[in-house]
Amino acid sequence: MIELQGVNKTYQVGDSPLRALRDVDLLVGEGEYLSVMGPSGSGKSTLLNMIGLLDRPDSGSYLLDEVHTETLPEEQRAQFRGEQIGFIFQSFHLVSRLTALENVELPMMLAGVSLRERRIAAHEVLAQVGLEAWSGHHPNQLSGGQLQRVAIARAIVMKPRILLADEPTGNLDQASGQEIISVLENLNAEGITLMMVTHDLNLGQRARRQIRMVDGQIEADSRTETDARADHATV
Amino acid sequence: MQLSDQIRFNGQIFLRHRVRTGLLLMAVGLGVASVILLTSLGEGARRYVYQEFSALGNQLLIVFPGRKETTGGTPPVYGTAPRDLTLEDAMAMSRIPSVKAVAPIIAGTAAIAVDNISRESIVLGSTPEIFQVRQLEVSQGKILPDRTRSEAMAVCVLGAKLKRELFGHGRAIGEWIRAGDRRMRVVGVLVERGESLGMDLSDMIIVPVRTAEQMFNSPGLFRILIELAGNADLPRTESRIKAIIRERHEGDEDITLVSQDAMLASFDNILATLTLAIAAIAAISLLVAGILIMNLSLISVSQRKREIGLLKAIGASSAQVRQLFLGESLMLVSLGSVAGVIFAWAVVLIIGRLWPVFPIFPPWWSVPAAVGTALLAGLVFSLMPARRAAALDPVLALSGQGGGQGG
Repeated sequence: MIELQGVNKTYQVGDSPLRALRDVDLLVGEGEYLSVMGPSGSGKSTLLNMIGLLDRPDSGSYLLDEVHTETLPEEQRAQFRGEQIGFIFQSFHLVSRLTALENVELPMMLAGVSLRERRIAAHEVLAQVGLEAWSGHHPNQLSGGQLQRVAIARAIVMKPRILLADEPTGNLDQASGQEIISVLENLNAEGITLMMVTHDLNLGQRARRQIRMVDGQIEADSRTETDARADHATV
Repeated sequence: MQLSDQIRFNGQIFLRHRVRTGLLLMAVGLGVASVILLTSLGEGARRYVYQEFSALGNQLLIVFPGRKETTGGTPPVYGTAPRDLTLEDAMAMSRIPSVKAVAPIIAGTAAIAVDNISRESIVLGSTPEIFQVRQLEVSQGKILPDRTRSEAMAVCVLGAKLKRELFGHGRAIGEWIRAGDRRMRVVGVLVERGESLGMDLSDMIIVPVRTAEQMFNSPGLFRILIELAGNADLPRTESRIKAIIRERHEGDEDITLVSQDAMLASFDNILATLTLAIAAIAAISLLVAGILIMNLSLISVSQRKREIGLLKAIGASSAQVRQLFLGESLMLVSLGSVAGVIFAWAVVLIIGRLWPVFPIFPPWWSVPAAVGTALLAGLVFSLMPARRAAALDPVLALSGQGGGQGG
């Protein structure tokens, strides 16, 4: 469902250009669980943002469900983001003046879903992440792990097919991090495509498919390696 | 996104930033209120003048000596005529059936003295008709006697203020005063009344027209006031008057006729224009409010970068972000306008109570004009911040960087 072909992206950092992505090819199927690892500045987050339609490639193409997204107008990309993609950030990005429930409702509100419908849906997903009792609390009344679970609830309330997590445990302690990972893995088990950027090796190795990036290029991809080995075996 | 959601969303922002919201509401509210209040004052002045004219109650025609060729503009109040307008002209006019009363006026100044108190004052020479035409009443004594229509007599009626200055609280009726080089007896004192038709009658002395003729040694009239009968046809009466003048002045129509309606209309014009000008000046305060909105919105956009980035990441299009920011300004301006309108009305009602003589009232267009201008200013001045918010790059915005200030 995700297909990147020869994607390049260059940022201007100060005076010098930084090539965040170089000729990246990537194929991700429905329901996969993959982790993206690599040193900082290797282009992990850029890759995630590219897949999340927050960024446009300078060259190359990105097909999402066989649709060329790089030429889509901004409105349609926004619609794709709203309906197909859920984001989870390292720093949670909850709106502090809104309650947990209202934060979860936000994507549905932007999509024009009626208050009644989205209340039901938001309660449902909050229950799913175990925060039903905290729905009326504001972010400053919640712990880090709880904040990230609210963020996950928000990411999945529109029932997206892709879940993109950028260092989801980066700001959390060990125990909370474990909880978050198991919530995410449960979602993947239910069929959602999960892609997670992390530089925690233990976490990254839990994924069925692991990608390692260096200097904007995919240096290693466990699937292509196993595929290659499989190919060797059959020969 | 539904309208009700946007209103709730903005309401939460307002509650979160109470001080900022309060200041903006006040700026908009004061702007709207000042437009309404100032135009109410202008409209009040217009109504006041109208009220003053209609207090006269009757239909007046004023005849000035001399011909003014162009229409409009001020009548030649102090103009010189080639041929004087005379008492005989006035008598002839009084024979027109649709004319109810004719009051010829000779005006001049003289020193009015009692004992050693002396005042330089305007002397109006006229007939008893002036009391009817100008609806003057005496508070003490009597008006000029009937004989003064055709004869000079040493009598006078004092304006209230002049009486006070000359006699204090003492009795004036029956006393002798000196006007110029003549002595005359006070027969009446006018009721205190404000200025009307541009003359402060309380500061004047009214003497018989023939006496004034002798005092100022001139047969020329200053003007003639004509009161028309209730059912009089104004244009026909005017042409009759002109015909009489042509007949008496060897074919020349050397007078200017001004009707009360025409005077009222020109006052009306002046004051309506003035009110509009005041409104325009007051609208500047709305412009200031607009600029304030723009500045605070720009600050708000850079403070809420992460939120904007998040909204975009979870499916908000640029158009939606722009709409959110525009909606926020418009909602703020609407609330401020409502507050301003209520405040202005309260002040108008209070002024109306405290000062009932002055008919302060907002003209019909002032509320829509004030609110409309406020909304327009709010929209125009929040376009730029809203556009800036919409143009933010989501990735940079999420990290709190990018776009305009800050970064």
